[in-house]
Amino acid sequence: MRTLRFLLQKEFRQIFRDPSIIRIIFMMPSIQLLILPWAADYEVKNIQLSVVDHDHSQYSRQLVNKVTSSGYFQLQDYSGSYSNALQQVEHDKADLVLEIPADFEKNLIRDNESTLFMAINAINGVKANLGGAYLRSIVQDYNREVRAKWVQLPRFSPEVQLEVTSSNWFNAAMNYKLFMVPGILVVLVTMVGSFLASLNIVREKEIGTIEQINVTPVKKYHFILGKLIPFWILGLLILSIGLTIAWLAYGIIPVGSLLVIYTFAAVYLLAVLGLGLLLSTYTSNQQQAMLLSFFLMMVFILLSGLYTSIDSMPVWARAITKVNPVTYFIDVMRMVVLKGSGLKDIGPHLLTMLGFALVLNSWAVLHYKKRS
Amino acid sequence: MASVTVNNITKHYGKKKELTQALRGVSFTVEQGELFGIIGPDGAGKTSLFRILTTLLLPDAGAASVDGLDVVKDFKAIRQRVGYMPGRFSLYQDLTIEENLEFFATIFNTSVSENYDLIKDIYSQIEPFKKRRAGKLSGGMKQKLALCCALIHKPSVLFLDEPTTGVDAVSRKEFWEMLRNLKKQGISILVSTPYMDEASMCDRVALIQNGSILSVDSPEGVIASFKQPLVAVKDRNMLPLLNHLQAFEGTQDVYPFGEYHHVVLKDGYSAAEVSTYLQHQHAQAEVQPVRADIEDCFIALMKSA
Repeated sequence: MRTLRFLLQKEFRQIFRDPSIIRIIFMMPSIQLLILPWAADYEVKNIQLSVVDHDHSQYSRQLVNKVTSSGYFQLQDYSGSYSNALQQVEHDKADLVLEIPADFEKNLIRDNESTLFMAINAINGVKANLGGAYLRSIVQDYNREVRAKWVQLPRFSPEVQLEVTSSNWFNAAMNYKLFMVPGILVVLVTMVGSFLASLNIVREKEIGTIEQINVTPVKKYHFILGKLIPFWILGLLILSIGLTIAWLAYGIIPVGSLLVIYTFAAVYLLAVLGLGLLLSTYTSNQQQAMLLSFFLMMVFILLSGLYTSIDSMPVWARAITKVNPVTYFIDVMRMVVLKGSGLKDIGPHLLTMLGFALVLNSWAVLHYKKRS
Repeated sequence: MASVTVNNITKHYGKKKELTQALRGVSFTVEQGELFGIIGPDGAGKTSLFRILTTLLLPDAGAASVDGLDVVKDFKAIRQRVGYMPGRFSLYQDLTIEENLEFFATIFNTSVSENYDLIKDIYSQIEPFKKRRAGKLSGGMKQKLALCCALIHKPSVLFLDEPTTGVDAVSRKEFWEMLRNLKKQGISILVSTPYMDEASMCDRVALIQNGSILSVDSPEGVIASFKQPLVAVKDRNMLPLLNHLQAFEGTQDVYPFGEYHHVVLKDGYSAAEVSTYLQHQHAQAEVQPVRADIEDCFIALMKSA
């Protein structure tokens, strides 16, 4: 016990003597949580619209007015030729072209029907997709308004109309920050837990201090615990800082209990620390560890459901998300923060994470050797 | 009882194509309380040998024991009773002198005060700076601290891997004096060094080259084994002199040695014949017979190997 206490004391001394680590520990969560949620916005705004109006009628002007006043579109230019508008797209000034044919108004009134043409710049897939959808729904809306004006007080509806009204549960205002912030927090905890820990151990290898330790009678589990415990505490500290920032900056207060979050985080950190330990046994210098961490972090983030929905991934990718510990914590965080899930609800997640912790740590301990 | 016995140890690194044979059947013994030097050029296998003896590396074949304990089977017990100072400074640079010492004392389950007598002479020299971080110390001070940390658990065998490499001449001398003092406390000490002149400080030395031991003897014994006549030659123009000496029929070997050239002569030749040979080109050459010192012996051993 005395040995472990001294190992811990030494570890904490080293951590708190390294000013860059302190800076990373406090600055990283603050900056990431204050900046990233604003940038990681799913809503598409400021879509540059180029309108080609061949009609120049009252109806066409009304339509353009309605589109631009929606707040999503900015009228980039209003011209009379399609080739002109396409040029705008080619110069990357316009994202969307809306072409209103000649006789738009005439056909609409006479035939009760008219066509519009929409061309979308699909270089940015998300913007193109959403922009197109927004414009379509605005046009539909316009269509309904026009009809409502003509059909005055109908005694019966000429056609069956289905209208869908939706209500968003757990996030009534569809505030994306509510689910992004907990997700980013998970990434932060993961980085501290696994990568800072693995870098720390690899550093001892690189400087050669591990050799001096290896000739001592220090037990393997003492040494490993001496490395895991400080980063386990740091991970929980980062989580606390992050939750405080989420509350102060975004007013996010978990609906569920903090105890549930911390219980899961404690187990989760065991798992990612095991991963960090494993990384350090397979690498021999900080550069290798860093590159490997970087690669894993990319995979972890993109295959965790943080930015994109797991359900829309191909089957094989969904299989990968199953062995990604980050997936589970993000899921749990969102469940607890937004929905208020309790310990019973996250039980399966917790068990899986325990499994992760067990496998990763035993693998790492078996692979860590005091002699070669 | 022998403190360290090494019996036919071999070790190689790498796979088939890039195979490096680090140790090829090394054997020797170190007696209790002996100051034993292992001398050899870089890459001779000194560090591999030390790492095997300190249980950091497994030998391919052969057996070795430290304090009567097998390095493969009883590695845990060995770790309790050896002190190891690696060639590279490997203490925590961000901990202070005091903290490093305390840390190593604790992980050996002892305390600084318990074995303070052993390190007192050395530690007192760095004690005024005990609040300073190890990374901020000079080379000589780092070395003293490393020695203190290796000694703090009162080891029965001390392994020092090239402790004097990169240390100035004065500190080197001081360091050897410290080792002689430690020897008086009954600790067996194994020191490796690439510097041949340090051999005379040891009780016995082993010369190692290319993973094989060439000789194990006391410094006096090594010198006594040098049987050939040896002369030192000096002139104003040393380079042509070297070439001319090489051409001399009685020369077995010639090499620069400080401000002289040392010429190892074949049996039956003497300084007088060298002087006669040099009369024409080097009229002012100074030729004198000298006693071989340990460096001459090692050069001869290495060349004959």
